[in-house]
Amino acid sequence: MTEGIGARVLRKEDKRFITGKGRYTDDIIEPNQAYAAFVRSPHAHANVKGIDASAALAMEGVVDVLNGHQLTGDGIGNIICGWGVTSKDGTPMNMGAWSALATEKVRYVGDAVAVVIADSAEIAKLAAESVVVDYETLPVVVGSVEALADGAPQIHENAPGNLIFDWEIGNKEPTDAALASAEHIVEMDIVNNRLAPNPMEPRSAIATFNESEDHYTLYTTSQNPHVARLVLSAFYNVAPEHKLRVIAPDVGGGFGSKIYIYPEEITCLWASMKTNRSVKWTSDRTEAFLTDAHGRDHVTHAKMGFDKNHKIVGLRVNTKANLGAYMSLFSSATPTYLYATLLSGQYNIENVYADVQGVYTNTVPVDAYRGAGRPEASFVMERMMETAARQLGVDPAELRLKNFVKEFPHQTPVIMAYDSGDFAANQKQAMDAADYKGFEKRRTEAAKRGKLRGIGFSNYIEACGIAPSAAVGSLGAGVGLWESAEVRVNPVGTIEILTGSHSHGQGHETTFAQIVAERFGLPTENVAIVHGDTDKVQFGMGTYGSRSGAVGMSAIVKAMDKVEAKVKKIGAHVLEASEDDIIIEDGAVKVKGTDKQMLWHEVGLAAYTAHNIPEGMEPGLKESAFYDPSNFTFPAGCYICEVEVDPETGVTKIIQFTASDDFGTIINPMIVEGQVHGGLAQGIGQAMFEGVVYDPDGQQLSASYMDYCMPRADDVPMYQVMHQSTECPGNPLGMKGCGEAGAIGSPPAVINAITDAIGNNNLNMPATPSAVWAALQEASKQAAE
Amino acid sequence: MYTTKYHKASDAANAASLLGASPEAKILAGGQTLIPTMKQHLAAPSDLIDISGIAELSGVTIEQRKKLGVLKAKGGETITIGATTTHYDVANNADLAAVCPAITGLAANIGDPAVRHRGTLGGSIANNDPAADYPAALLALGATIHTTSRDISADDFFTGMFSTALNEGEVIKSVSFQAPANAGYGKFPVPASRYAMVGVFVAKSIDGDVRVSVTGAGDDGVFRHAGLEAALSSDWSSASAAGVNVGAEGLLSDIHGNAAYRANLIGVMAKRAVDAA
Ligand SMILES: Cc1cc2nc3c(=O)[nH]c(=O)nc-3n(C[C@H](O)[C@H](O)[C@H](O)COP(=O)(O)OP(=O)(O)OC[C@H]3O[C@@H](n4cnc5c(N)ncnc54)[C@H](O)[C@@H]3O)c2cc1C
Repeated sequence: MTEGIGARVLRKEDKRFITGKGRYTDDIIEPNQAYAAFVRSPHAHANVKGIDASAALAMEGVVDVLNGHQLTGDGIGNIICGWGVTSKDGTPMNMGAWSALATEKVRYVGDAVAVVIADSAEIAKLAAESVVVDYETLPVVVGSVEALADGAPQIHENAPGNLIFDWEIGNKEPTDAALASAEHIVEMDIVNNRLAPNPMEPRSAIATFNESEDHYTLYTTSQNPHVARLVLSAFYNVAPEHKLRVIAPDVGGGFGSKIYIYPEEITCLWASMKTNRSVKWTSDRTEAFLTDAHGRDHVTHAKMGFDKNHKIVGLRVNTKANLGAYMSLFSSATPTYLYATLLSGQYNIENVYADVQGVYTNTVPVDAYRGAGRPEASFVMERMMETAARQLGVDPAELRLKNFVKEFPHQTPVIMAYDSGDFAANQKQAMDAADYKGFEKRRTEAAKRGKLRGIGFSNYIEACGIAPSAAVGSLGAGVGLWESAEVRVNPVGTIEILTGSHSHGQGHETTFAQIVAERFGLPTENVAIVHGDTDKVQFGMGTYGSRSGAVGMSAIVKAMDKVEAKVKKIGAHVLEASEDDIIIEDGAVKVKGTDKQMLWHEVGLAAYTAHNIPEGMEPGLKESAFYDPSNFTFPAGCYICEVEVDPETGVTKIIQFTASDDFGTIINPMIVEGQVHGGLAQGIGQAMFEGVVYDPDGQQLSASYMDYCMPRADDVPMYQVMHQSTECPGNPLGMKGCGEAGAIGSPPAVINAITDAIGNNNLNMPATPSAVWAALQEASKQAAE
Repeated sequence: MYTTKYHKASDAANAASLLGASPEAKILAGGQTLIPTMKQHLAAPSDLIDISGIAELSGVTIEQRKKLGVLKAKGGETITIGATTTHYDVANNADLAAVCPAITGLAANIGDPAVRHRGTLGGSIANNDPAADYPAALLALGATIHTTSRDISADDFFTGMFSTALNEGEVIKSVSFQAPANAGYGKFPVPASRYAMVGVFVAKSIDGDVRVSVTGAGDDGVFRHAGLEAALSSDWSSASAAGVNVGAEGLLSDIHGNAAYRANLIGVMAKRAVDAA
């Protein structure tokens, strides 16, 4: 089978993408379509005293100008956060109201106060500029530490001191006791920089209200159209679910930012009803910087204790997580259950305690972004481990090896139960490939050329395949995180897979077809993947958290099990054999040990003509399944980064990046390598290039590509990507997930390498040339003293 | 974009008169700076006067130095570059590369291929972005800017960030300068925009005059650096450039680098420019 599991099948979707034939939301044109432009606050914090839209309304081509009072007046609900987090003292989180269009107060630059609907995008934009909003500006706070300080501006009335929650996990007293009696203590302040997600396709929505049927259709850039429909219906009261169709067509990347249901989609739907026009909105790049949920933004203090044999005895972590001006859909879960549950890393640590304060600030809402909490956790763990090795004077690989979890299952003190892995094997594979042994020689050679060479490790672990529904429910999730699938065998034997997962770059049309090819011995071209339309596909939970393989494909496998059982029954009946002797291979149903067989399409035809099927059997061949995972999956690996720094300018060049990952079963190595390459570029971007910068007034100083640096092809090296896998026992295919690992594992490897090169451990991300140069100056000043 | 009226100018004089006819009119050359600012509603010219097709404004000419005395020394040719000559055409002019590789190399590193194929020298210097490359070259080469009404020396032309000596209704036709005996450019790009964080152009004329200009770093645009000029005048070597103590006063601090970092880069880029020369 050349197209089954493990085959490098070229991506079926790429023909349309690379020939420019993809169909994205903005490509969709409805008759009588109008355009929305939002009037956005130029202030980070202000009371809205009045809105004068008369000039806009007088402009030719303007259909209407709508505001938040009208929106709430029509019963449109506030935007919700879907995960309730409980504070240490047992109180629920303090969530402030978020209306799609602000009424009394704006809380970040970009907060929408009104929307103009017009005949063209240009008129809408011009008219929006002519809307006069009377703002009474208020003091602003942008950082989480500052927002928690006494006397900080109060952003939401019901979150005193801007504190949303003060949450904890782990065993506090034993951890403190272990640290108190530890032989060595390593203590660090660690900042995880704020990132803008920057998917290639900006967000977009086109909503159509059909008055005669009292029905809405929304095309939108979503990673989970079914969840979008549920939330739009149940919480925002746009329409009941059966009166609302949500379609996420081709979507050009999401990285988490397209999980959430934003003010703009809600407003387009409502405005379509108000104006009886189809209403389209497409974000421009500046709007994307101003309104797409940002990622990361943690300020952390961590303390790790070791005994005299260099075994970790305890870890205590405090993190202040900046959640921005409003609580986005998963904003509470990202810095808590998706973060602190990984603070045991790959290590056997008896005592871990973390507390996290979620904080309101006058900035763009912060939510899950590729990796979601796990990059922040791996950054803390792996910076701590490397620093510990330096302080203890031992080899960083040795220190890790000594502390690895070696037996599975392994229960950590922070909820997670690791099911499988072989961390030492990944480390060895990466060290061999990176020629770790030869590093000192290379360092000496580089020094002769005036360059500072450094090497850094990152042994990350993460939790994917989210998630067991009952478990996440008990932790506060408002939804279950199972997945659904339907396998439809057509009368001619071709197959449609309807999946609740959503592909926005992951290649599902290819990999999902491959597991069908593997199972039934059919060519992948006979298999079509249908996703992204609530009218076509049963309810599903969408794609994020590297869940589409481990959870989404498991649902397909479950449905295929049912199809297979029925096919065997039909085969046994028609071929007059015992069901136990029926095998399916090479696109045929065969009787073992004989030459009797039915071709696959003959089985389809038999099922649908129903002329000759077992008595009592329902005609047709279509099965569905819901799959709820029993555990998270735990991809892990070892990344080694080697850099050279030019001490004159602080420019860092990544000479070599080696990644050894354990993803469990790999369906399509080419696609997996692509996911790792992209993830590494994103992680290197975070480590060396990207960072959202606010001024004290809450204005973004980095809201365009002139100032926000995305990594480019010539910024990243040729990667060495390899696998060393253990099968995941938790799902039928043994998969762990690969979508986020690169972004999770790489930042600490990069920073560990640079700090090794420059001899100064005090370096924040992004490690730009100027930051590295400043750290070098600091180091030489300290050396002089 | 706001609505605007488009004109196709027939020649330089026509462009100047169209430009003078409305206070809100603007010349459109490559459009690489002007069009993005219009799209962002940061500029709203009433009229756009397109000069891109005008033959007399485009191209490079190199006039050989008159024969006098010893002829072995490099440089001295009179180079004229038309205002609408694209960065690509400058970068790929082999004759120009033979007499002044520093300027062809500079043009080859402006922006990306799309920008280089559309963007023009005239547009770059008229805009005088504080991080643009050409202003540094023209200042260090002691160029003359020829407009529809006069000739202006580079020293007088660049009057501060985004500001030039151009009057209303004045159109740049070309620039000219004498090929240097030796010149080099060291550019340190801002990681995001890849404009110059610091660009240092060093030039030594055939008479031995040394001029050093710095772009990207000044808090009021391109400027000449007296300390580097003095050091390189007495000793044209990278060691001499490296020995200059570059102060941070008057330098820009922004999210990409503070004044101290830029001061450091001026020294390093000057050294590398001399090495490259
Ligand atoms: C992505 C990107 C990267 C870039 N990177 C760099 C870089 O690294 N280094 C660098 O130096 N530049 C860079 N640029 C700017 C580029 O060089 C532009 O081409 C240049 O600044 C403007 O030239 P233009 O011909 O496009 O001018 P236009 O955009 O057409 O005009 C710019 C201004 O000059 C005026 N003008 C144009 N021609 C004349 C004339 N003959 N007489 C009088 N006024 C005139 C116009 O009215 C306008 O005000 C970059 C631009 C982009 C978009």
